[in-house]
Amino acid sequence: MGALVLRMRQLQVEEADQYRLLADENRINVRLLAPSRGLIYDRNGRIIAENEANYRVVLVREDAGDTELVLERLGQIITISPDDLEKVRKELKRRSAFVPVTVADRLSWADMAEISVNAPALPGITPDVGLSRSYPLGPDFAHIVGYVGPVTDYDLANVEDEDPLLQIPKFQIGKTGIENRFDRDLRGKAGSKRIEVNSVGRVMRELDRIEGQSGDTLSLTIDADLQNYVQARLAGQSASAVVMDTENGDLVAIGSVPAFDPNKFVRGISSKDYSQLTDDPYRPLSNKAVGGAYPPGSTYKMIVALSALEAGLIDPSEIITCTGFIEVSGRRFHCWKRQGHGQVDLRKSLVESCDVYYYELAQRVGIDKMTAMARRFGMGQKFPVPMTGISHGLAPTKDWKKRSRKQDWLIGDSLNAAIGQGYVLSSPLQLAVMTARLATGREVMPRLVRSVNGQALPDGRGGDMGLPEEWLKLMRDGMFGVVNDRTGTAYASRVIDDTVRISGKTGTSQVRNITAEERKSGVISNEDLPWERRDHALYVSFAPADAPRYAVSVVVEHGGGGSKAAAPVARDILMQALYGGLPPLEVYPVGQRDRIETERRALELRSPTAGVTAEKDRA
Amino acid sequence: MSYLEYSVKRVPVGISKIFFINWPLVLLICAVAAFGFLMLYSVAGGSMTPWAEPQIKRFIMGLVLMFIVAFVPVYFWRNMAVTIYLLTLMLLLLVEFFGITSMGAQRWINLGFMRLQPSELMKIALVLVLAAYYDWLPLNKTSHPLWVLAPVALILIPSYLVLRQPDLGTAILLMAGGGAVMFLAGVHWLYFAGVIGLTAGTVFSVFASRGTDWQLIKDYQFRRIDTFLDPSSDPLGAGYNITQSKIALGSGGWTGRGFMQGTQSRLNFLPEKQTDFIFTTLAEELGFIGGATLLGLYAAILIFCYSSAMVNRDRFSSLLILGIAAAFFLYFAINMSMVMGLAPVVGVPLPLVSYGGSAMLVILIAFGFVQSAHVHRPR
Repeated sequence: MGALVLRMRQLQVEEADQYRLLADENRINVRLLAPSRGLIYDRNGRIIAENEANYRVVLVREDAGDTELVLERLGQIITISPDDLEKVRKELKRRSAFVPVTVADRLSWADMAEISVNAPALPGITPDVGLSRSYPLGPDFAHIVGYVGPVTDYDLANVEDEDPLLQIPKFQIGKTGIENRFDRDLRGKAGSKRIEVNSVGRVMRELDRIEGQSGDTLSLTIDADLQNYVQARLAGQSASAVVMDTENGDLVAIGSVPAFDPNKFVRGISSKDYSQLTDDPYRPLSNKAVGGAYPPGSTYKMIVALSALEAGLIDPSEIITCTGFIEVSGRRFHCWKRQGHGQVDLRKSLVESCDVYYYELAQRVGIDKMTAMARRFGMGQKFPVPMTGISHGLAPTKDWKKRSRKQDWLIGDSLNAAIGQGYVLSSPLQLAVMTARLATGREVMPRLVRSVNGQALPDGRGGDMGLPEEWLKLMRDGMFGVVNDRTGTAYASRVIDDTVRISGKTGTSQVRNITAEERKSGVISNEDLPWERRDHALYVSFAPADAPRYAVSVVVEHGGGGSKAAAPVARDILMQALYGGLPPLEVYPVGQRDRIETERRALELRSPTAGVTAEKDRA
Repeated sequence: MSYLEYSVKRVPVGISKIFFINWPLVLLICAVAAFGFLMLYSVAGGSMTPWAEPQIKRFIMGLVLMFIVAFVPVYFWRNMAVTIYLLTLMLLLLVEFFGITSMGAQRWINLGFMRLQPSELMKIALVLVLAAYYDWLPLNKTSHPLWVLAPVALILIPSYLVLRQPDLGTAILLMAGGGAVMFLAGVHWLYFAGVIGLTAGTVFSVFASRGTDWQLIKDYQFRRIDTFLDPSSDPLGAGYNITQSKIALGSGGWTGRGFMQGTQSRLNFLPEKQTDFIFTTLAEELGFIGGATLLGLYAAILIFCYSSAMVNRDRFSSLLILGIAAAFFLYFAINMSMVMGLAPVVGVPLPLVSYGGSAMLVILIAFGFVQSAHVHRPR
């Protein structure tokens, strides 16, 4: 008797707390409430990523009675594929009778209404609404914002993330782009509800609920209208372009075509659609603007010139004679112009893009000084832009070659590097940063996210680069000549409005080696080559020339020459940016206006209200 | 000394017997039963059905039976003891052949209006027959080996039949209850020491043999014994009941979670919450105070029985009262030890509280014998 009392005391008084805890563990289940994902806006407040209502119907077996009959009736209202039906049947069998099983989702409002009206005939069927990510602007922001998708086991294994939200079935997390890089901020904080369950897990009642905290709102530096224009202007090629505000480093547009519809990924892309994307030689899935690494070609020449000026190894007025080629250690290095440029000074070397001039500089300066200058302009570094698949590019040094290639640096490598060929690689983003820095003399840094929850992030204005203004002026003057001198390589892509004059530099980067035999028999022109062996066309530019506002880099993969394929695109983009819409035809040279007008008509621009109509369609 | 040798003149007769009933005992029994009704009401989620209402009806029926038994002179019961025992033994045999199988055990026979569990009846029948035996046996022969064998047989035969049903809990109660009557009758303590020693020795040697060449039982039998002795080694299987029971008990704390607020029982985590594990619900909802109060009521019942037996000069009567008290004690002690995790889980209900007709009727009839002995005690 005494033993019983003592034991009762031990259990109920001394160990009571421990058992109370165990009892609560038994009965209380904590269910997470998914917070709504943070919204993403462009710089003007246009919505880029939002959460749409996902209407679905769930079936509770014990309320349905005859589930087959209910499913059959439901099948008369909405179409359920036999596959899905089989899945639902399996799920119903597997789960307890009181667990709701999703029968169909992403239903239209009309379907939902009809189901609601027919509710008496559909016992156990409950309409339900959840949230799902949607991108009203479709492919325009596919590469920038990326997309979300359900958490996979792969994600769980690879991310050291204790966030309990990830355990919610079908919880969406950012897979690429800003959605991925800002995932933690966009995700928000999980809410929770505590529910009382009985021994078989049936929910008896809700004890309390803490609402989640929705994710942060992001505001980007991108202008959705310009972005749309850039995508449309590049369309039809495998190309990319970066538009940067030279003043503060804001990335106003980042084009990469072809693109894809991120909404397909959110809803679960079909394998047919997916293989279509992966099989396309134009690589729609890759974000070429930041992830593509191309030999910069002649756009690199300002870097080489500046490094020579800084080393004091060239006087801007010094004349170097171009005979069409130069011979170094028994090898001929050709200028793109076979007959040569003749007498070339620094300005002319840029305007007419003389290669021999830079072969000479390369021999004087050496690769390490050239690369040091390139790094100051952002080459070979990964900018902290919140996108995925960002390329480092490559700014080669002697050391680098020894380490990675186990070979000594050759003088020929320097010569190739001087014209942006060989080992040098840069992304369109790096080219845009380089151009912005040339235009301002400041260490402009790219910025993609303007503010988080209304709190502005630091801009990328940057401090002075420490380069003498006169040298930079030389570069800008040369670049002005490229576009505005009659002999300039981009003369055809000039504008005639003095307030928006463009400065630029063309580049053409070889994808193949031109052999000595080919050179003898005449170099095959790009048009005669298969697409994938044609040269990349590059162009860097800024405008207005006298007071730079925007820097634009364009790379058209296998587009042929930079002056023909890339420069006109950059001009149109610059004008679009400066005028905040289509510029008057008067800015273009008289002879080109008709052609440009025709081109404009062919352009497939999104209507300015596209996002809004999409909203109405759903509602 | 036999009953007839006392003066019967002062023994109450007729309806006046009602004034000689041990009323405090009746009140205590009602109080304990009331505890039971409350808990049955609570575990049904605040409803008289399905448990509280039938239980109250049976209790009233049992109370009537108790008074009927109490009004019958105790010597009649002494004379009937052997007959009752034999009848009950026959019922047990009937169960063996014609019983209803329920939940894996064959314990009941259908009487039409109710299902009777003869093993419950045997608990009193055995006490009756043993008390009568020692009343009949001259005192000097009490510890004679030959005269010890007879009651041992009286105990072991029904115990064996009950064990076959199988109902280990009741078998243990029969053996322990019978042994208690023998001990109270004054059988020499060396017999008990011998039995206990022998049992302990057997258990010890079985366990000592484990893993040796001369292992006495099979490995799987050992494993069964392991989970029997330590259910926590198998928390989701055999140990589930006792683990949940301890959680429920412990979470009650000092004052309990409040009437009808016990989560363990209300949400079905507790098994058998209306029968064997009802004390758990009580302790969860009413806490240590509630549990201790019930235990206090039980103790008071035992004390009243003991004092009644002490003043009774009739050997049969006092043996009967003490024997029933001992059986009653074993009943609730084993049940409580079980739900508190002190003893292995054997199906023993909590007397007067657990839901169940046979047990309730049998206990009340047993207290009828106690009252009969009290009313008709020699004066």
